[in-house]
Amino acid sequence: MLSGQSNDDAGVVADERKAVQPMLKTVGEFLLGRLGAVGEVTLFGARALGEAVRPPYEFREIARQIGDIGWRSMPLLSTAGFAIGVVLSMHTRATLERFGAESMIPAGLALALIRETGPLVTALLVSGRVGAGIGAELGAMRVTEQIDALEAVAVDAFKYLAVTRIVACIIALPLLTTVTDFCGIIGGYVAERAVGDMTWSLYFHRAFAAVEFQDFIPATLKTAIFGLVIGTVASYLGFTTSQGTRGVGRASTSSVVLSSIVIIVTDVVLVKLTLFLFPASA
Amino acid sequence: MSQTAISLDHVTKAFNGRTVLDDVSLDIAAGSAFCLLGRSGTGKSVTLKHIIGLMAPDRGRVLVNGRDVATITKRDLSTVRRSMGFLFQNAALFDSISVGENVAFPLRRHTDWADAKIHEVAQSRLTDVGLEHDYDTMPADLSGGMRKRAGLARAMVLDPEILLVDEPSAGLDPITSAEIAALLISLKHRGTTLFIVTHDIPGAREIADELGVLHEGRVIDRGTAADLDRSPHELVRLLMQSEGSG
Repeated sequence: MLSGQSNDDAGVVADERKAVQPMLKTVGEFLLGRLGAVGEVTLFGARALGEAVRPPYEFREIARQIGDIGWRSMPLLSTAGFAIGVVLSMHTRATLERFGAESMIPAGLALALIRETGPLVTALLVSGRVGAGIGAELGAMRVTEQIDALEAVAVDAFKYLAVTRIVACIIALPLLTTVTDFCGIIGGYVAERAVGDMTWSLYFHRAFAAVEFQDFIPATLKTAIFGLVIGTVASYLGFTTSQGTRGVGRASTSSVVLSSIVIIVTDVVLVKLTLFLFPASA
Repeated sequence: MSQTAISLDHVTKAFNGRTVLDDVSLDIAAGSAFCLLGRSGTGKSVTLKHIIGLMAPDRGRVLVNGRDVATITKRDLSTVRRSMGFLFQNAALFDSISVGENVAFPLRRHTDWADAKIHEVAQSRLTDVGLEHDYDTMPADLSGGMRKRAGLARAMVLDPEILLVDEPSAGLDPITSAEIAALLISLKHRGTTLFIVTHDIPGAREIADELGVLHEGRVIDRGTAADLDRSPHELVRLLMQSEGSG
């Protein structure tokens, strides 16, 4: 009898195993697929960095891309920076007024913008404007054989298209972040001026008195890494586009989504690293 | 005996388990014109992409002027590619620059000529294909046939030793098609090796020294047009009797 029950139990366990195995297989395949993709993107970025320092250099194309990525993003980022400055100033005022510390508004705003809000907002906006553009442009070039045509005329398409865009993103992001920060501080001043009588020079004196190089440099330089992320993810997705126009749309959308996620996760790591390397900025 | 410009040596290529080229061997003499015929989807364009090194064979070798394009270094492949021109089936013009700049692009990359000379040569190539007024036109504003002609101008601009042409007459009217055929014949007379993939049988008869028929991944027959007219393969005879799609 005991032997019969044990056989039944064994049968139930076997059935459960059979039921669970396909699910585990699906999850395993999904995770392996995702890890594989992460590996491919990482190798793509590493290859791009390697190619960037190896001649021949595509200076003209890099300059053109910086113009495209950087200059054309200026209206969006200066407007966004200004608006964020206004909003941050209003929120900061509402809080600091309770403690009679309105004079701290410029310093608080400048630190918040320069250390975190400016870099992160800039990176996310650029990933939306530029990342989507790179993904769509390279994706369209892939499906219409323009990338093959470049190779056919003896041009290294990876270097000409991907490396130049990635390098341009790396260079443009810190510059754009500085613009966002500056416009944010101006926005903060405008909001402050609307409700108070603080002068321009006093506002800026108070704002920058609290900011040190260790607040500005690591926070701004980390956006070069965000630029690397945006350029690499978008170029990789563009280069590997398939399935025609549907694939182009997917490359564009995925570029924004993936870049944004990776930027946010990278930001957490970089902030922790910055605080470790520059404890005084904590 | 003339030198071999292009040699496919037992080339096999499969995509997702489907064999597209199955042990294909071909030798094309330098300065000759070869037309590869066959039904759609038989691997003709894939053959061209192997020759220019955009695809690597799963088995076998592809030699261009004696160099294996699948195994040479990137720099050597670039040198080999500079000796070739490639007209893609859909022309594959760079759509962010004008038609003239598309033609000038290889010159800007591979010569140190002054801008004026590059412009002059690109303009001259556009004139060769009947697009002399379209230097500043954007590719999106051209018809399919005009894009094809612009693509041919770009493929010819570096005066390549070997010209690979994918469907030169597709989408063209008969007059333009005849003009393109005449241009290709003149290139052959100047010593350019032509490897043309086409469905246009009358055009192929006019241009080619030799023709080959690709079917189910294999070259089932090759020879002069007269040889193929008498081919033991019914498909080859049927193909040669057709007018083609142009």
